[in-house]
Amino acid sequence: MNSILNHVPIEYYLGLAAILFTIGVLGVLFRRNAIIIFMCIELMLNAVNLLLTAFSTLHGDAGGQVMVFFIMAVAAAEVAVGLAILVMIYNNVRTVDINVMNKLKW
Amino acid sequence: MHQFTWLIPVLPLLGFILIGVLNKRLPVNLSGGIASAAVLLSFLLSLAVFREVQLHTAVPERIVLFEWITAGDLQIDFSFLIDRLSSIMLLVVTGVGTLIHIYSIGYMKHEPDHARFFSYLNLFIFFMLLLVMGSNYIVMFAGWEGVGLCSYLLIGFWFKNTEYNNAAKKAFIMNRIGDLGFLLGVFLIFLTFGSVSFKEVFEGARSFSSNDPAITAICILLFIGAMGKSAQIPLYTWLPDAMAGPTPVSALIHAATMVTAGIYMVVRSNVLYSLSPYASEIVAIIGLATAFFAATIGLKQNDIKKVLAYSTVSQLGYMFVALGVGAYDTALFHVITHAFFKALLFLGAGSVIHAMSGEQDIRRMGGLKPSLPVTHFTFLIGTLAIAGLPPFAGFFSKDEILAVTHGHSLTMFAILSVTSVMTAVYMFRLYWLVFYGDFRGTEHQKSHVHESPSSMTIPLIVLAALSTLGGFIGMPEIFHAPHVLKEFLAPVIWKSPEHTASHSFEYMLIGVSLVALLVIMYLTWTTYVKRKVLPEEEEAIPSGLPRLLSNKYYVDEIYNTLITRPLDRLSAFANKYIETGVIDHLVNSTGKSLSGFSGVLRYVQTGNIGGYIFSMVIGILLILVLTLIV
Repeated sequence: MNSILNHVPIEYYLGLAAILFTIGVLGVLFRRNAIIIFMCIELMLNAVNLLLTAFSTLHGDAGGQVMVFFIMAVAAAEVAVGLAILVMIYNNVRTVDINVMNKLKW
Repeated sequence: MHQFTWLIPVLPLLGFILIGVLNKRLPVNLSGGIASAAVLLSFLLSLAVFREVQLHTAVPERIVLFEWITAGDLQIDFSFLIDRLSSIMLLVVTGVGTLIHIYSIGYMKHEPDHARFFSYLNLFIFFMLLLVMGSNYIVMFAGWEGVGLCSYLLIGFWFKNTEYNNAAKKAFIMNRIGDLGFLLGVFLIFLTFGSVSFKEVFEGARSFSSNDPAITAICILLFIGAMGKSAQIPLYTWLPDAMAGPTPVSALIHAATMVTAGIYMVVRSNVLYSLSPYASEIVAIIGLATAFFAATIGLKQNDIKKVLAYSTVSQLGYMFVALGVGAYDTALFHVITHAFFKALLFLGAGSVIHAMSGEQDIRRMGGLKPSLPVTHFTFLIGTLAIAGLPPFAGFFSKDEILAVTHGHSLTMFAILSVTSVMTAVYMFRLYWLVFYGDFRGTEHQKSHVHESPSSMTIPLIVLAALSTLGGFIGMPEIFHAPHVLKEFLAPVIWKSPEHTASHSFEYMLIGVSLVALLVIMYLTWTTYVKRKVLPEEEEAIPSGLPRLLSNKYYVDEIYNTLITRPLDRLSAFANKYIETGVIDHLVNSTGKSLSGFSGVLRYVQTGNIGGYIFSMVIGILLILVLTLIV
C-alpha cells in the first residue's frame, strides 16, 4: 500500500494540497464571478480530499478515504443546489457578479 | 348498594357537563329538567344509602375510588366515607337541592341564560356532595373550594351588573381568607398525625391529652375556615352581599347547604374539638357574638332578602354556640331544621319578589296575602318555624340549643334568649309588612301581582311540610319520645355533654318561649298592621342606635378603612413607584440597550458578499493562528 508513497513522498502531497487550497482561497477572495467562486470552493474541497487520501495511505487507515466519499457526495449535492440558485439569479438579474448581489443588508 | 354510592356525586357532575355543553340549545324546561333529574336521582340513591346505613352498618363504610396523591409518607385516596353523619347530610343536600332545582325551573323561566344557571347549580351540588362524602380532609377541602367557586359564579350570575360582580368578588375573597386557615389546619393535622384521613386522625387524637396545644391550634385554624364559609364574625360581611345572586341560589347555597359546611366540618372533627375546651370556648363566643349582632342588624333591614340573610348569619351563630358547648348533634339538628325553614323562607321571598316584578324593598310591598295564598301560607309556616313556635321544626332545635347552653353558661343563655326574641321580632316585622296592610307598590306592580306557577309552589308546600314536621326527629326528653336524631348520630359523636337541663326547666323554657312569641306577634301586629308604622326611608332614620343598626354597625366601612383602603394605597404606591419606576425601567432599559448596541452592529452587514468572505477567511486564519500558538 505504501509503495506509492515510496515514489512520491508525503511532503509533495502536502505541498500540492496547500497550493491548491491557497489558489482556491485567493480565487474566492478576488474573483467576482459567482461561478468561478463556486469552482474555487470545489478546488478547496478537493485539496482537502487529496490530503485525506494521502494521510489515509500513510497511516494505512481506510477511514480517511471513506471521509472523501462523504465529501464528494456532499459537494455534488451542493453543486446541484448552488448551480440551481445561480441559474435563478441569472434569469432574474442577467448577471452572476457578486458585487451586484448586495440587496440583502440592513 | 354501596357499589352505586359513587354515582351520588357523579350524577350532578354529568348534569353539569351535559347542560354546560349543550348550553343555549336547550329550552328552559329541558335544562331545568335535566338538572333536577340529576339531583333527584342522587336524592333517591342517598335515600337508599341512608336506609342501608340505618339498618346494617354501624361501622363507617369507606369507599376508595382511586389513589389520588402519593408523595413520600403522604398517601391520599380519593375516597368517600359513608357513615351516619354523612348519610344524613346527603339527604339534606340532595333533598333540599332537588326542591330548589324544581323551584328554579319556574323562577328562571324568563331568564335567557338559564342553561348556565342550571349547570352551575348542578356543579354546586357535586362539590357539596364531595365536601360531605369525603373521607379525608383533602377531599373535603376540594369540595370546600368548589362550593366557594360555585357560590362566586352564582352570586355574579348577572355579571353585567358591576355591583353584583363586586359582591361575588367579596364573597370569594372573604372565603379565601377562611380557606387559608382551613388549609393551614390541614397541614398541621398532617404534621401532628402523619395522615389526613378522618379515621386515622381521630384514632390518633384519642391518645392526646385535653388542651394539647397542637390540637387547640388545629381546631382554631379549622374554625377560621368555618368562619369564612359559615359567615361568622369577623368574616360574615360577604353573606348579606351574596343576596345579589338569583333567589334560589340564596336559598340553596347561602342558607340551606353551603354555609352549613363549616358546622358540618366541626361536627365531623368533633373528636378534635372535644379535646380542646379552649378552642370550643372560642367557637361558642364567636357564635354567640355573631348570633346577637346579626339579629340586631336584621331588626332594621328593609330588603326582604337582606333580613333573611342576617337571619341566616344569626342562626349560623346559634349552631356554632351549640358546637362550642359540645352539643354536636344539637348543632346538626339545627342545621337540618334550618335548611328546611330557611330554604322555605327564601323561596317564599323569591315567590314574593317574582310576584312584585323584582321589587325587594318591604316598604314597597304590603297586603299581598289575598293574591298570594300559597306563598303566604307557607311563608307563615316558615316564620313560625324560625321564630320557634311549637310544634314547628325550629322550636325543637332552638329549644335544644338554649337548653344545652343553659347547662354551659348562664350569660350565654341570656344573650341567646334575647337573640331568639329578636329573631321573632324581625321575622314577624317582615311577615306583617309583606302580607298585611295596604299595597304600597306602584300601580303597574299592583296589576301584575300573581301567584307563582306550580313548579314554584309545590316545593314551597313540601318544604312547609318539612318545616312543620322536621322537628319531631329530635323531641325533648319531657315528651317521653325518643330523640331519634341523637340516637342515630351517637356512633359518630365521640363525647356528648350530659343533658343538664331539668324537666321543670324544660317546661319553663317552652312556656316562656310560647308566651314571649305570642306577645311579640301581638306587639308587631299592632305596630305594623294596626298602626301601620312603616320603616323610615334612608334619609329619615334618626341618628343613634337605629342609624347604627340600619348601617350594619358600619362594619363594611370599617373594613374598607382599615384593610381595603390601605391595601389600595399600597397597590397604588407599588404601581407608581415599584412597577413603573423599577421593574418597567429595568425591562425597558434592557431592551433599549440591546437595540442601541445592535443599531451600531448592523452596519457591519453591508450586503457585499466579497466582504463577508474576506472576514470569514480572516476569522479562520485567526482561529488557526490561535490554535497553533496555544
